[in-house]
Amino acid sequence: MKTFDYARADSPEAATREGGEKVRFIAGGTNLLDLMKLQVETPEKLIDITRLDLNEVEDTDEGGLRIGALVPNADLAAHPRVVKDYEVLSRALLAGASGQLRNKASTGGNLLQRTRCYYFYDTAVACNKREPGSGCPARDGFNRIHAVLGTSDKCIATHPGDMPVAMRALDAVIVTLKPDGDKRRISIHDFYRLPGDTPEIETVLESGELITHVELPAPPKGKQTYRKVRDRASYAFALVSVAAIVAVEDGKITNAQLGFGGLGPMPWRDATAEEMLVGKAPGKAAFEAAADALLADAQGFGSNDFKIPLARRTLIAVLRELTGVTA
Amino acid sequence: MADQEQRPTRDRLTVLDRAVQHVLGKGVDRTDGPAKVTGEARYAFEVPADDALYGCLVTATIGAGRVEAMDCKAAEAVPGVVAVITDDPRLPADMVTSMQAPDAWRLGHDIHFFGQALGVVVAESWEAAREGAARVAVRYAVGEGRFDPDLAAPDEEVPATAFVPPIHKDDFDDAWLNAEFQYDETFSTPIHFPAAMEPHATLAVWDGDALTVHSSLQSMAGSAKAIASALDIDVERVRTLSPFVGGGFGGKTSVGSEAIYAAIAARETGRPVKVIQSRRQIAYGVHHRPATRQRVRIATDRNGRIVALGHNNATVQRDGRNFVEPVHFGTIHLYGGAARSLTTSLSRANHPTSGAVRSPGEASGTMALEVAMDEAAERLGLDPIEFRRRNEPQVSPTNGKPFGTRKLLQCYDEGASAFGWNRRNPNPGQQREGDWLIGMGMAAAVRGNFTVEARATVRLETDGSATVETDMTDIGTGTYTILMQIVAEALGLPAEQVKVVIGDSDLPASAGSGGSFGAGSSTSAAALACEQIAQTIAAKMGAARENLTLQDGHAIAENRRVPLTEILGGEAVEAEGHAKAGDHTSAHVSSSYGAHFAEVAVNAVTGEVRVRRMLGVFDVGRVLNRKTARSQLLGGMVWGIGSMLHEDAIIDKRTGQFVNPDFGEYHVAAHADAPPIEVRFIEEIDDLANEAGAKGVGELGNSGAGAAVANAIYNATGVRVRDFPVTLDKLLAGLPPV
Repeated sequence: MKTFDYARADSPEAATREGGEKVRFIAGGTNLLDLMKLQVETPEKLIDITRLDLNEVEDTDEGGLRIGALVPNADLAAHPRVVKDYEVLSRALLAGASGQLRNKASTGGNLLQRTRCYYFYDTAVACNKREPGSGCPARDGFNRIHAVLGTSDKCIATHPGDMPVAMRALDAVIVTLKPDGDKRRISIHDFYRLPGDTPEIETVLESGELITHVELPAPPKGKQTYRKVRDRASYAFALVSVAAIVAVEDGKITNAQLGFGGLGPMPWRDATAEEMLVGKAPGKAAFEAAADALLADAQGFGSNDFKIPLARRTLIAVLRELTGVTA
Repeated sequence: MADQEQRPTRDRLTVLDRAVQHVLGKGVDRTDGPAKVTGEARYAFEVPADDALYGCLVTATIGAGRVEAMDCKAAEAVPGVVAVITDDPRLPADMVTSMQAPDAWRLGHDIHFFGQALGVVVAESWEAAREGAARVAVRYAVGEGRFDPDLAAPDEEVPATAFVPPIHKDDFDDAWLNAEFQYDETFSTPIHFPAAMEPHATLAVWDGDALTVHSSLQSMAGSAKAIASALDIDVERVRTLSPFVGGGFGGKTSVGSEAIYAAIAARETGRPVKVIQSRRQIAYGVHHRPATRQRVRIATDRNGRIVALGHNNATVQRDGRNFVEPVHFGTIHLYGGAARSLTTSLSRANHPTSGAVRSPGEASGTMALEVAMDEAAERLGLDPIEFRRRNEPQVSPTNGKPFGTRKLLQCYDEGASAFGWNRRNPNPGQQREGDWLIGMGMAAAVRGNFTVEARATVRLETDGSATVETDMTDIGTGTYTILMQIVAEALGLPAEQVKVVIGDSDLPASAGSGGSFGAGSSTSAAALACEQIAQTIAAKMGAARENLTLQDGHAIAENRRVPLTEILGGEAVEAEGHAKAGDHTSAHVSSSYGAHFAEVAVNAVTGEVRVRRMLGVFDVGRVLNRKTARSQLLGGMVWGIGSMLHEDAIIDKRTGQFVNPDFGEYHVAAHADAPPIEVRFIEEIDDLANEAGAKGVGELGNSGAGAAVANAIYNATGVRVRDFPVTLDKLLAGLPPV
């Protein structure tokens, strides 16, 4: 483990002022510490933000929720309003990691969880995300857990999270503080970046910028669920996951918000797939059209080819479950 | 069914036959439990040592070639680094063992496999050592590696002198070609990691020329021998200590290379040194269960009686290592059929060393054989149990010797009845509950039983308590508890009056834990010691041995009941028991048996498999402790679930590196994958197996358990997968459309 400096921040402003390219904020540390032990992450300084006053979950004036960046996954999953109004989020949180990890992992940190790509974790080999320009062994290697959407020649890694997938389906807004004191409100749809030629840059966060809150809009219309498909019953990353919110009124789908995990380099959302549903009668034709739209550009790399039919089947099953229409 | 009348029997009574304390066999709580849950039990890396240094291994980052140069300057410059050791000719590439000469692991600058150990960085803290190790700059000449061996065209036949030799009986080809029914399929099994929770770790301390090694080991004397051989020193100078071991699963039958690095570094620095292997290093530095390719041929007559049985396999080992996964081991005595061809060949590859991992042979062998039996039964139109029943041999079908206790048919019957086997629909893919397809499967379990040489000293103290000492280990299995029970039973003492001292190579030598022989062998040695003590007590009472009963701390004979303290009269009695290898095993075939039953639900949309319940019924001879025996069998069944559904250590075919060398991506069964599991015993003391009448338990549970799950998946879905593990991607194409 590379030696590093450690400082505890006593205000968000102070934390951002200490931030920088070689600085990491640490909250739960459930991902960062593992990566530091392996020297995948080698920060020169850690700013401990765990004492900051960012632990509250509050109602917003618009009827939504404002979640402090330090709210642990376990607490957020059990929060009465999350359970009542944002079931998809509660379910996604509980589908992630283990009880111990959910007690430690924070809301802000979980948004920034890094990929589980095997080659990213192994400093003995090349990885464009870890060492830009060094190459991507995953593309032609073993890539069972890798992405089928949004990949680039440089990187086919997936975002591993569950919570962010639900937040993407919920149109969350990420609130940040910059070193110059500016606050930003970033739609989760604009928060993550596709790998392109710079897979090492995963979000639009700037140097020293700190996530302080996540805001959820007022509860969406419709039924919600989170379906996670994985290799074992617990404590495994998603092969495919679907965060779904679907409303049916008068025989027509009136709202469809779909997030996907395990498929892309970021929590995935596809407006075209949702358009195939809204205004349509729930049923096989609409469900298949949505799946076709989602996966139109999907590309497998060998060992992950199965994710394409798996995603299709899982999405259709979730839509049937939420609409109650099986035909 | 085996004719019990033909079974040879013993002509004398053992100390246990005469015992009446009734503590043996009871589900006594493990005596080391409180120490373990309170943290009082210290594992190797936790043993305190004043002024200790910490070492981190430097490992190879190519899979084949040579080290041209190692630049250690940057490592030496890390604050806290005390020494960087890369040039001692004794440095091992991986595990050391007393079963091979040092050239098996002394590879010098030749790289045989990715992750091979090359040196050690020693520092004042573990963090500094780790940072130093990362800064050692190795210049390589990269060689041509063989990372993807073709198991369909293996390199070497295994010689007839092998531990499990090839078996050819009658004319297999002739019987095969002329049979009424032929089944012929090929299976593959992946690499499995032993994956013990406690990593391989060592504290080495020199006192003059004497070396003490606190390490995580399955055997004490054998390990001391291996360490002495690796260090080129006399074995008398080496003491190994492993009072607590956090799981072994075969991976600690050899000595982790870190022990040798720690010893060399401690010598060089003049301070105690602790070296621990990280989880990722363990994947390479510790031997694994190798991948196999298995062709199973079953030929029968029109009544489903096997006339020819072929189990022809290939597996992998690196150059220089002599262990060969004995894939056909479990097949040798399991089913009838006169003509047989049972072979395992070898391919060489630039892979880390393969070795004996829990249930070597049977674990991977039954994954294929027991699925093949299920498939063959279906093609014959027979119930899988009925097919097995028709092929239950009277004597060993391979060597004609009689069996010891063999309650396999009773295991099937009791299991079928208790599990509700009659509710299984023989037509697959027919039972559905919502999105879930439901199925049942079963498989046989078999594990060869060995008694090996073991010694134990028992001392009946003047206060009437007893102490038993042997260099056995308790790797989470319950050794402390069963040794306590056997001595309490044999000497007629309350269990809490018996003290057990193990895990120290200075104690009388046993073979340690491995091959399921630990319990039977060490308790036999203890029982033999107790018999000598009983004879001494009888003599002191002036009674004939056969008239002596020991109970509740008293000796009862000749109408007298005398406290042991009184008989001893201030003089302790000590005896050493010596259980000899092969005492009883040459004249008959000794094995443990069982039957596994599994019910699974397979998601019709995604192919996710959830085991709903399992039952195992086992014949293990005398049950020494119902609780610890159950725990071992249950744990083995959980491994069966994991090995059939998840476990798959993948080697990158381009580099020889493991793709998933951590618990994040090498999936063992999680709690949520383990359903309610029931364990039952068909108990019959096997008086020929050994003095204790106990057969091996530790490896039986995962023999056949995975196959039962695979057969249940087929029954649920109608999809037969032969390339294990059965992950959901392999089922998808055969599932109903959504």
